[in-house]
Amino acid sequence: MPYFGCEETVKDLKRALSNPNVQADRLRYRNYITRVIRCMTEGVDVSSVFMEMVKASATVDVVQKKLVFLYMVTFAGVKPDMALLAINTLRKDCDNPNPMIRGLALRNMCNLRMPGIIEYIHQPVMNALRDKSSYVRRVAVLGCAKIHSLQPNAEIDGGMVNELYSLLRDPDPVVMVNCLRALEEILHHEGGVVINKPIAHHLINRLKDLDSWSQSEVLTFLLRYRPRNDDELFDILSLIDTFLLSAQPPVMAATLRLFLHLAAAHPTVQADALMRARGPLLAACGAAAREMRFTALCHVQQVLRSQPTAYGSHYKRFFCAFSEPAYVKLRKMEILVELVNDENVALILEELKSYCTDVSTELAQAAIKAIGRIGRTYTEKCLDILTGLLALKQEHITSAVLQTYRDLAWFCPQSTAAVCRAVEGCDDLPQDDEGKQALLWLLGVHGEQISNAPYVLEGFIDGIKMEISSAVKTELLTASLKLFLSRPAEAQDMLGRLLHYCIEEDSDMCVRDRALLYYRLLQCGVNETRKVLLGPKSDPSMTIITGRTEEPVNHWASSFNTLDPLLGAESRAQDVPAEVSDADGEIRINDSDQTFQNGTLREAGDTDGTPDASEEPSLSLSPLVSHDAFEKLWMELKVLHRQCLGVPRPSVSPDTLNSAFQLVKIQILAYSRSDARPWKLYMYSWSGGSVILAELLQDRADEPHRHGNLTLSIKQHPEEREAVEGFVSVVLNVLRTLSSANSN
Amino acid sequence: MISQVFILSSKGDHLIYKDFRGEVEKDSMSTFYEMVSSLSGDQPPVVMSHKGVNFIHIRHAGLYWVVSTKTDPSPFTVVEFLNRLVALIKDYCGSVCEKTVRMNFALIYELLDEMVDYGYIQTTSMDILKNFIQTEPVASKPFSLFDLSNVALFGAETQQSKVAPSAAAARPIMTSHSGEGGKNEIFVDVVERLSVVIGSNGVVMKADVEGEIRVKCYLPSCSEMRIGLNEEFSIGKSQLRGYGAAVRVDECSFHQAVKLDEFDTYRILKICPSQGEQTLMQYQLSDELPCPPPFRLFPTVEKDYGSRLLIFLKLRCDLPPKSAAINVSVTVPVPKGSLSLSQELSSPDQTAELRPKHKTVVWEIPRFPGGAQLSALFKVEVPCLSSASLMEVGPVGMSFELPKHTCTGLQLRFVRLSPNQQGPAHRWVRYVTHSDSYTIRI
Repeated sequence: MPYFGCEETVKDLKRALSNPNVQADRLRYRNYITRVIRCMTEGVDVSSVFMEMVKASATVDVVQKKLVFLYMVTFAGVKPDMALLAINTLRKDCDNPNPMIRGLALRNMCNLRMPGIIEYIHQPVMNALRDKSSYVRRVAVLGCAKIHSLQPNAEIDGGMVNELYSLLRDPDPVVMVNCLRALEEILHHEGGVVINKPIAHHLINRLKDLDSWSQSEVLTFLLRYRPRNDDELFDILSLIDTFLLSAQPPVMAATLRLFLHLAAAHPTVQADALMRARGPLLAACGAAAREMRFTALCHVQQVLRSQPTAYGSHYKRFFCAFSEPAYVKLRKMEILVELVNDENVALILEELKSYCTDVSTELAQAAIKAIGRIGRTYTEKCLDILTGLLALKQEHITSAVLQTYRDLAWFCPQSTAAVCRAVEGCDDLPQDDEGKQALLWLLGVHGEQISNAPYVLEGFIDGIKMEISSAVKTELLTASLKLFLSRPAEAQDMLGRLLHYCIEEDSDMCVRDRALLYYRLLQCGVNETRKVLLGPKSDPSMTIITGRTEEPVNHWASSFNTLDPLLGAESRAQDVPAEVSDADGEIRINDSDQTFQNGTLREAGDTDGTPDASEEPSLSLSPLVSHDAFEKLWMELKVLHRQCLGVPRPSVSPDTLNSAFQLVKIQILAYSRSDARPWKLYMYSWSGGSVILAELLQDRADEPHRHGNLTLSIKQHPEEREAVEGFVSVVLNVLRTLSSANSN
Repeated sequence: MISQVFILSSKGDHLIYKDFRGEVEKDSMSTFYEMVSSLSGDQPPVVMSHKGVNFIHIRHAGLYWVVSTKTDPSPFTVVEFLNRLVALIKDYCGSVCEKTVRMNFALIYELLDEMVDYGYIQTTSMDILKNFIQTEPVASKPFSLFDLSNVALFGAETQQSKVAPSAAAARPIMTSHSGEGGKNEIFVDVVERLSVVIGSNGVVMKADVEGEIRVKCYLPSCSEMRIGLNEEFSIGKSQLRGYGAAVRVDECSFHQAVKLDEFDTYRILKICPSQGEQTLMQYQLSDELPCPPPFRLFPTVEKDYGSRLLIFLKLRCDLPPKSAAINVSVTVPVPKGSLSLSQELSSPDQTAELRPKHKTVVWEIPRFPGGAQLSALFKVEVPCLSSASLMEVGPVGMSFELPKHTCTGLQLRFVRLSPNQQGPAHRWVRYVTHSDSYTIRI
């Protein structure tokens, strides 16, 4: 940021620095140099006093020397020829008896980033590698890396590399760690520093002599080492075990990452390490510095992906403090939603409810949406809260509540009736686009259940001239047409008006085209329109299982203790139905090759799965299949196999059923209430590269007391007969076991 | 690894800029500030990235402390490093604010030069750094500190002769070696942060304490120090010691330099403190406080005729009668659109104020003795008051400071320096509990 008159200032400084009177007075001289540095920090171009500064470097005053070096390092690139003048002084200082001066001169000499410097610094650096002072050796080791970065394309100096490897045994711990760092940079093209068995064990044994920064760095370097066998692996793990409970969050996080990495083939060890690190991680979540809290919270979120229940009893630690910044609060809300279970749901909802009236719009809306997420499992409690919030009649709250209603009606169809009642009672219209769209969607899709739907829509249609957003107008068109299909008598007139306005008067192309499309569609007849517009809906009698499956730790372990978890949230928060888009990427129906590859890859990574007996087919739960993806796939595929199982439906709770099937690596996605007829249950599993979808059906015709005869229908992609037979036998086994356990 | 470290003022002025690797453009400071100021929220996220450069920053004393890097470092390490930088500057300069950073920029450059080389952290230990740092800190002397020196610790009581002046611990560490009146002092602080949620029915829903024992040492060289905790101090649920009421914490961790060989039997910590501030021990306690939470609130909220809202608060302090809370501030959220406030408070030193922007009423009480009960009546004018608006009143947040009080009951029995310590040394023990978050639902 150049300031007015800065040229004058620089000229004044130049004059003062070359004034012999000033040079004679140590304090005044230093004072002027300080002013040069201050100008430099502010962004003023003070390169023109380089000559004077070079002169000032020849002094016994260490403070002055340091300031001048700082200046020279900054401007050496601009004035390389003048910087060469300073080299002489610097090289002289490299032979100073005081190690501090030696180190200082060497460090700054290596920092001069300009062409041609290497010939001057190479020899001093090599000499300094054998200096008797550890301070100078530390500087020299990193100096090697600096030399390399100045000539990135030059051949690697083998002598230097050998010297550095031998310095790994240096008694000074920082020299050792610096060697690792320097080698990593120099050998970057060859894959970095080699951590073989002797080096790895040497590093581990010296861990306790290091300070916390070096510890976490060495632990990160050790990620590269692969132990030969399990004995060695467990030896290493027991040596680093104490660091898992370190009071220093960086050390704890680095150790945990190394644990997860080394024990990749031992899921129980990983789970155990995560449990042990829970205390320190929770302590970091309550650290005094809020940035540290945030970092820890992001990592807790990662752990929750694999251990959804691990922090359930500590949910109170994630209540927001009222002075915390928004980014911490948002993260805590996300975690609270994950931690909900039967015992704490009431308390968590009460806590979230108190955030809904927060002065920050962003926080209030996030709290409302969090309640909506919990509502997918605990519908009634949440709907009560949401409906209560509507009474506040505040724009941002009304809008967020309506959006939450829409999501609820979409994700759990069984709540539709309650949602519709609540929408009926809402007499306050949202003002922002998202809120309007949500309300219109609800009116269109569930218009037959909302008695005042036509009146609300009519209000919107009457005000369409004032409407700016084309997204709202398009939504209005769709909603009106859907309402017309369900309640033709009431909606016909206004639909006509709306279509007329949109086609004749509206200037927005998208809106006009959409209106034309609907108009032509209606010309084809109502039945055609219905077929196009009202696709198949989810069965409202089905309950979705919301208990998430536990993701393998290895999915995220590689990004633990990196910036990824901290950055990820911003992008994740933007696309709301994240699960859907993820799953779409995982299954591609038309691209069988890729699915196959995908599957085999996962299979190879999942060798930690249960080593079943040889006749048992190997099923696995990953990759996850979302409800939407399942539904889509189920529609597209044909029934491959249908079989009457001849066993009765076990009369156990859905949870038992769910956990029993998860044990054999089959995931239940949805099922009907136990008293429903017909009773259905949907599940899936992966076998090799192919996904098996199955429906379990108890027919209406059955007598209730017989409880009998379940029919199993199976669809598979790609087809693989053997897997299907295995799958059927597994399902049969589970059902038989459950029934017999039940009857006993 | 770290490419650059810079410090910006809240207005975007460049205070400190140090480039370690020369791989990130020089104008990254402006890039960072543009990103920060273009965000709508008051709090920019900790990590931001722009064209392959990651910026990690912390906010402290109104300044942005930023690290830029091209790699993907451990966020724990970088955040901890920045916090450590702040702590070191505080040790050297006494306090951290924009003014001290401006005045001591030469010192800060020198510190950074010794702490980090080529983007790799070399050391942050005061013991090592003090051998290398040559610049004298320029202490900014706010006029008030000397005036306040007869006010006792935390401004609570006036017992000039017995306690250290409140400004004593906020002076630079290194002045002693320049010989300008530095004293050989050592402070041991027990600091607890309390976070409590009390439900509308008065039941304590959450009560957490995060505590630490800190040592701030002004002695240039200190021999071994022994600190004795309560003998009945116990860790975890199962272990109980002594016959009196146990002082219990859930979890406890120590600085790596603390020797614990006498901890198990005698509860004694041994350490050779280095100059500057260190945290010897951290501990947490969840949910089971040995004493009742310090404040209870009995609120009544009702709609008056017309558009007036009546909030009657009765606040009781459940501390023992000898102690007192200071700087108590009670924040009551009020409905949106609240226009004006009239209040009836029980004493003239209290104040109450309506902040329409935050839609809150803030009630400040400078000193609140234990066992006392204060009440306040707020009449808030809200033009469009509906019965639903009452939902917007609450939850009440409180912030306060409890000097000479620990919620866990942790006490130091003694602080002893070894007999071969040279010269006289003054030892001070201080206790304080801060409210991290104290929420009472209505």
